[in-house]
Amino acid sequence: MLKKHPLVTFIFFGVVLYLISNRLDELLVYQGASVAIFVIAIASLILLTGYSGQISLGHGALMCIGAYAAALLRIHYNAPVWLTFVVAVLAAAVGGALLGLAAARLSGPYLAGTTLALAIGLPSIANKFSIFGGEQGLSFDIGLPPASLGEDFTQYKWYFWISWSAALIAMYWLRHVLNSRYGRSWRAVRSNDVAAELAGIHVGRNKVLAFTISAGLAGLAGALLGMTISLVSPGVYPLLLSFSLATGAVLAGVTTLGGVMIGAVILVAIPEIALAIANRYGGSETIITNLPGLLVSGLLILTVLLVPNGPVEQMHARRAKHAKNGKASHSPVELTLRVGSKTFSTKK
Amino acid sequence: MSQFLDMFLIGISAASIYALMAISMVLVWRSTRVVNFAQAGMALLSAYLGYELVSRTGNFWIALPLAMILGAAFSAFIEFFLMRTLLKHSNQGAIAAIAPIIATLGLLGVIRAVIGFIWGHADVQLEAPLSTVGYKVGDTILFIGPMGLFVIVFVVTLLIIVTIVFQKTNIGLALRASAYAPEIAQLSGIRVSGIRTLGWAIAGAAGAAAGILQTVNGTGALTPESLEFSLLLVFGFIAAVIGGLESLPGAVLGSLVLGLVLAFVQIYISGTLVFIVAFLLLLTLLIIRPQGFLGSKAGRRA
Repeated sequence: MLKKHPLVTFIFFGVVLYLISNRLDELLVYQGASVAIFVIAIASLILLTGYSGQISLGHGALMCIGAYAAALLRIHYNAPVWLTFVVAVLAAAVGGALLGLAAARLSGPYLAGTTLALAIGLPSIANKFSIFGGEQGLSFDIGLPPASLGEDFTQYKWYFWISWSAALIAMYWLRHVLNSRYGRSWRAVRSNDVAAELAGIHVGRNKVLAFTISAGLAGLAGALLGMTISLVSPGVYPLLLSFSLATGAVLAGVTTLGGVMIGAVILVAIPEIALAIANRYGGSETIITNLPGLLVSGLLILTVLLVPNGPVEQMHARRAKHAKNGKASHSPVELTLRVGSKTFSTKK
Repeated sequence: MSQFLDMFLIGISAASIYALMAISMVLVWRSTRVVNFAQAGMALLSAYLGYELVSRTGNFWIALPLAMILGAAFSAFIEFFLMRTLLKHSNQGAIAAIAPIIATLGLLGVIRAVIGFIWGHADVQLEAPLSTVGYKVGDTILFIGPMGLFVIVFVVTLLIIVTIVFQKTNIGLALRASAYAPEIAQLSGIRVSGIRTLGWAIAGAAGAAAGILQTVNGTGALTPESLEFSLLLVFGFIAAVIGGLESLPGAVLGSLVLGLVLAFVQIYISGTLVFIVAFLLLLTLLIIRPQGFLGSKAGRRA
């Protein structure tokens, strides 16, 4: 159904979410909003890594840019809420375009290190200039939900609605972009940039474009995150957030958008699971503080080792293999030559 | 004038520790084409081991080499059990480029959690064995005291030893050959996989020294979240990249440049801006001269 009628599916998903949100308690509604925010942020990383072959360990910094833009606009000009989110996207996209201009010249570990340095360096700017409110940051208050939604419509439910509307719109749009010529160009660049260039694709421009769009989405997620805790400060976007996003993207599978929910739910659920385990085994302070990190990191290493392309892709691959094993025959002789780390083989 | 001297001394003593970190990054990069983002975590773990050894043996001068040996063993262990499997399995598709980065980040998280489990989140103190109070010349107190001087001398000695090993011994030749052309090295009878593990082990020892010296030369306090260690990670990486990520002398040169620039910013502009200046320095360098000061052009596309 998703393949044939994406719009219908997305609307259906939205209605289901609406019905769910009426039945959950406050905490779950709040966590539901967090899932929506992580969906956007992880999708932006998947777009970057899985489709254009770049990597970023600094998406927390881009989220930070978007959030500060939104908060400043709200405080100084009292702009309407929707406009603050639009500006958050634009501001982060501009930052992403600048970073992307540098990133297009770098590869692999160089890019990872550069974005990492940004994630550590950017918050220090917020501390330095008083317009950003220093260590305490800025308050980001979007106001009460409109009265027309009824008396018992809580603040968290309002956040939930806004976050999920943004997430659904973003994902619907992203699906379109990835299936358009841009998406195809990015995949071509990722698979083989020389071949892509020969086919007439401007490699540098496509990489910068991917980085810009990804940064815009990250900015949106950043502003939403600031909204749910009514605060935008350097502490809200720590280095650990950037690492969590990379974790979420890998757990979701970097090559397909399909698993993005898995990554987001895991990121939100792990602290809860860890707390449950810790409480079961005595609930000491050390276990409660360290178990979430251990679970996330352990899961990350296991995923990279066992299902490097993510659970969704793994399922597809297995299904394709089954289908193939039914019909196709192997070539009669398989030759494998190993020299050092390279393997030459007649086996496909 | 005294401000300038301070800047110089701060720069040099910071640079000596960045140099150890940068060298361990370069060694790991040369042997397995992986930038080890867990390097700072390993250095932190070694610093904790150093603390444990100091409190058991009561002697810093025994604990330092022991902790370096343990750091080397741990690093070799990681290469042997984690990286080898990883590089064998995830070597194709979109994941191939990022799998080592992600795996080392995961390792960083595991190390921090394990440290939290064992030593808790409260500060532990690794006392400096020598005085950290600066030398007095005339009326001015210099930035560097006996401890600072020891750090510089120790690092320079290590650098000389590493250089001799790399340039004058058979093992050094094997290390260089495996980094330069693994296939040909293998054909000439060098056990490349073992040499890779050795490269990681030396890197682990250098990282352990960096972790311990950074701690005793600073406040002496250790926590799993030590800011100093995200600093070591980023500055070590930047220093290594300035030098070209391939070359050991380059890493030392990069550390000196970075240490002095950051000391200049810290004294004359503002201490809070060092991170963003380091980032801009890295970005400018990567755009103008991506192969670093002493790297070859081919090194960039890895």
